[in-house]
Amino acid sequence: MQWETVIGLEVHLQLATHSKIFSGSPTTFGAEPNTQANAVDLGMPGMLPVLNEQAVRYAVMFGLGIEAEIGKRSVFDRKNYFYPDLPKGYQISQFQYPIVGRGHFEIQLEDGSTREIGITRAHLEEDAGKSLHEDFHGQSGIDLNRAGTPLLEIVSEPDIRSAAEAVAYLKALHSLVTYLGISDGNMAEGSMRCDINISLRPTGSDTLGTRAEIKNVNSFRFVEKAIHHEFERQADILEDGGKVVQETRLYDADRDETRSMRSKEVANDYRYFPEPDLLPVVIDDGYIEAIRSELPELPTDKRRRFMDQYGLGAYDAGVLVDNRELADYYEAVVAACGDAKIAANWVQVELLGQLNKNELEIGASPVSAEALGGLIQRILDNSISGKIAKQVFEAMWQGEGGADEIIEARGLKQVSDSGELEAMVDEVIAGSAAQVEQYLAADDAKRKKLVGYFVGQVMKLSKGQANPQMVNQLLAEKLK
Amino acid sequence: MAIEQDEIEKIAELARIRIADDQIGQVTQRITEILGMVDQLQAVDTSDIEPMANPLDATQQLRADVVTESNRREEFQAIAPAVENGLYLVPKVID
Repeated sequence: MQWETVIGLEVHLQLATHSKIFSGSPTTFGAEPNTQANAVDLGMPGMLPVLNEQAVRYAVMFGLGIEAEIGKRSVFDRKNYFYPDLPKGYQISQFQYPIVGRGHFEIQLEDGSTREIGITRAHLEEDAGKSLHEDFHGQSGIDLNRAGTPLLEIVSEPDIRSAAEAVAYLKALHSLVTYLGISDGNMAEGSMRCDINISLRPTGSDTLGTRAEIKNVNSFRFVEKAIHHEFERQADILEDGGKVVQETRLYDADRDETRSMRSKEVANDYRYFPEPDLLPVVIDDGYIEAIRSELPELPTDKRRRFMDQYGLGAYDAGVLVDNRELADYYEAVVAACGDAKIAANWVQVELLGQLNKNELEIGASPVSAEALGGLIQRILDNSISGKIAKQVFEAMWQGEGGADEIIEARGLKQVSDSGELEAMVDEVIAGSAAQVEQYLAADDAKRKKLVGYFVGQVMKLSKGQANPQMVNQLLAEKLK
Repeated sequence: MAIEQDEIEKIAELARIRIADDQIGQVTQRITEILGMVDQLQAVDTSDIEPMANPLDATQQLRADVVTESNRREEFQAIAPAVENGLYLVPKVID
């Protein structure tokens, strides 16, 4: 049978506040264990939570970014469960009245096509601590530094149909939250963690199958692998006439498999009730509109603008807007050289190639946007060919100076002097009697192919510096 | 509304409350009585009343995003039953 995969994602996003959601403890990543866990975070008796305004603001920014209804009156609830990294015995979360309601945003797939994915809701909550299961004489170690870090839990509709779409969704989300500046989106450090709800149904059916939830999948690649693995597992069960059990599973990246988390089976009843230590959070239109007026241009809008304004294809525009700094860099290159398409090629191929090879972020590029624009100008005014420009770029990357300096110092300027070129063309013709004979005997269609040999020889003679248009023209005149 | 004994056992487990075997019957009985009172409350027509999250007619004050706490790990860990390498030690938990 043909199976369709139905996927919904829950993303836990750590918000980039300085202090915790309900206390004045710092949220810096990687601090010594428990040095950022104070009375409120430890759940000491009598401690009261006080809500961080910045967390509320970031949540509203996200809501506006996905065109969602903003909960003007949102309520915190207690989600009750026992686990050592949650000392209070409950997590303060939002249940019935989340701060962000239904919204949607656009994802872009590898082929450049786009799809709209619904967001069910997004709510504020506190993160838990970390349990370390290494050997502490048969005990577990608890680090509560992370406890109380503000999280925005973003729940998607079951609109996702493949591993590729799931990855595209996460990339689009990552791009959106980093544009907004509400999170660093660092998956490796756990700033963005993903739970996958996945079920199968016969292709064409519109009822949902029983789903399994895969917890804490923490890289784009693992999301893809976990979904492929879980698809196979569920398809095998269904094809053998079995039933998928609704349960929580853990993805084990080392073994590339998912396995059941038995501890979660008993604790699936969280007995939510309103958090008596916090009052309802009320925000008004003035607050929301002030935030809206400060939103930056978002990735989807920027992508459309790049396509319209610069005539770029969907894929190229998608690559360039993925990261806000890269998009800014690209626009600065266009401003410096005046040619959007050549700029797009150079940024995507040469610049991103070097950045990836050296594992650098765009902000650390040794070649500035203005410098790259200057190099492209030399291609546009025929001072150098595209091929020579790559050499110049290499030298710029190594810190040898600007494009003009390097062209000058290395004597790379394209030969456009007709006398000099004529001499070279004559030399090549004189040394290629057999090819000349063959060329003269050929018809027009064949000549077009054969002329390439002569162009190649002239380029070789000029060490790549001959102006190719002029060489072609001279050859056409002389080979008659 | 009556509640079954196995439900009481499940709730007790979720809340980590130990109820002795010879007391479960009595606890079930008393909770059933309380639920009877809840039934009485449920009978009131509340269709025109907005749900209430808090009895105070007030809304949440927000605080500025400023770090006000410093590291007091030593004081907190002085009263913990077991610590090692800065971590609080607890009975082993495995998923």
